[in-house]
Amino acid sequence: MATASLETRENRRAWGFVTPALLWTVAFFVIPFIVMAAISLATRKGREIVMAWNFDNYIEFFEKAHLLKGLFVSLEITFTVTIISVILAYPLAWIITERVPQKWQRMALIMAILPFWTSYVVRSYSWLLVLAQNGVINNTLVYLGVISEPLELASTRSATVIGFVHFFVMLLTLTIYANLVQMPPNCRRAAADLGANGFQVFWHVVLPLTLPGIMVGAFLTFVLCIGDYITPQILGGNNELALPQVIMLQLGRRADFPMASTLSIILMVVVTLAYIACARWLKMERT
Amino acid sequence: MSRHVSTGKTRNKFLSTTATFILGAVAMSHSAQATEELNALVWCDHTDPALIEPFEEKYDVKVNLKEYEGTGAGLSIIEQSRPGDWDVFVIDGVDVHRAVEMGVLAEIPADALPTSDIFPEVVMAENNVVDGKTYAVTEKFGYNTISFDKTKVDPKDMEDMSVIWSDKYAGRIAVYDYYLPVIGLIGLGLGIDTADLGADDMPAIKEKLFAMKKVSKQVGEVVSSQTALATGEVDILVGGGEWITAVLSEEKPNLDWIIPKQGGLRWAQSIGVMKDSEKPDLALKFVQYIMSPEGQARLATSSCYWGMPANAKAGENLTDAQKAALRWDDQDGYLKNSQLYPIPDADLDAEMQDAWVEMLQQ
Repeated sequence: MATASLETRENRRAWGFVTPALLWTVAFFVIPFIVMAAISLATRKGREIVMAWNFDNYIEFFEKAHLLKGLFVSLEITFTVTIISVILAYPLAWIITERVPQKWQRMALIMAILPFWTSYVVRSYSWLLVLAQNGVINNTLVYLGVISEPLELASTRSATVIGFVHFFVMLLTLTIYANLVQMPPNCRRAAADLGANGFQVFWHVVLPLTLPGIMVGAFLTFVLCIGDYITPQILGGNNELALPQVIMLQLGRRADFPMASTLSIILMVVVTLAYIACARWLKMERT
Repeated sequence: MSRHVSTGKTRNKFLSTTATFILGAVAMSHSAQATEELNALVWCDHTDPALIEPFEEKYDVKVNLKEYEGTGAGLSIIEQSRPGDWDVFVIDGVDVHRAVEMGVLAEIPADALPTSDIFPEVVMAENNVVDGKTYAVTEKFGYNTISFDKTKVDPKDMEDMSVIWSDKYAGRIAVYDYYLPVIGLIGLGLGIDTADLGADDMPAIKEKLFAMKKVSKQVGEVVSSQTALATGEVDILVGGGEWITAVLSEEKPNLDWIIPKQGGLRWAQSIGVMKDSEKPDLALKFVQYIMSPEGQARLATSSCYWGMPANAKAGENLTDAQKAALRWDDQDGYLKNSQLYPIPDADLDAEMQDAWVEMLQQ
């Protein structure tokens, strides 16, 4: 009896702690999401929004190649950025963990997260100055005689990818570093004692143990990259539109809230699928 | 947002910037004490302090400015605002009717405006007057046409509109990211007057639009387009004109613009008082100030972009160099060889915007 009463009190306390966060989520995520989902079923007629309760906007999205391409452009950029960021971040995190003396590791981490201190806009415009036809890279290469004509670096998808990678490689470095420092050194020692060479230790022991860090970082990169509007807008030169740019066009130019809501829901579905895949994979790894 | 693209003169620039900053701080402290506020939805040329501060000081008012590009964006902002949020609205001349139909603009007493001083061709009563009532007044005009670097391209080539979709300057063309004037220009290139442009013309226009995208390097808004031309990133800007090059006339004399033989588009911006304004008298005073010769000269040479003042008397307040940059004496010929923006209905507008997005995705 006393145990049951204690359990009830504990439950109430737990609800007391959880309720504010729950209310916050309901007010600022669940309700807006429901409203957005409802608006996505409306139709824009002239300058009026008519609550038509149909899936015309979704059908239109799949029928109009230029809208659908926005999703593919976003996915292509996001996957490219995520893969490159992982490839660059892993050795960086490894070097910080293994090669940088412990007393300097904090400084190395601060250096790694420095790009976070600069706004998206400033960083993107800085890259534009670096990559432009008269920018630092082209001027240097021309001066050194490596090239005679400036390269087309700015206003391309490559420029967008470079801008993103600069930011997300640091994010991934942090998550991978967090895994690497927590890894017991005995695991590697045991593998080496059993005859594994350096590569085998990395491939069969270190990499599997740090995969959760990679997956979490990759997921965060995926979510932030696929939803970003500013970097493709500034560095991409409007030469192709990512899905967030298409959404902005619907809102800013046409005030077409139904179509913008539809595209936003589609974006959320993609992110949710990525989350499910990531969560499912992590769960499978643990079992 | 500034459309001014700086080049060198760092020390002087630093000193002038510092001075501007100090003056700005003084002005801000003044504005903080202002007894009234006026909210204006404007194009970026109105955000120049040299234009706004004299009005603020004279009427002891703080003018809050929100800039936008393109009528769609402006109307979106209004749709997302509460009635009374905005007092003054600057809008494309051709879209005044649209705003009146939406119940956005208030009637202005015609005798409160200097209509007789306005260049007759840009009074445009058919745009600014609805059912005999004046709702707006033309404040500035110019041309969406072809801007170019005359040291890098053959000016003769620029006389033919088809240059914008030919291969000759592939990779050296930037396109101003505003669908109406660029579609209008393509229409002119195909021999279609903007007033006659309809849904039937869209397939042909789309074909040229896509061809233009294929040879262009970028499609950008005002700042990036101007920067690309000024820094040599591109040599031609489709949709440019005096509003891009005049502001750079001193620093970049190599930049020029032309109205091709097929014609150019004439843009004209109008200013009006918002119907739900709670300060209609003050809003009207702001409109009158903008339309005064002094206000017009400042607006014409705004740091964001230059354009011809609608009020002919503004010439008295402009220097010879400014008039030369605006090509004050050539306006007769330009006015004859230019047409107004297309005025699409909602369906055609949606079709044009779809074509534009499709072009961007090519």
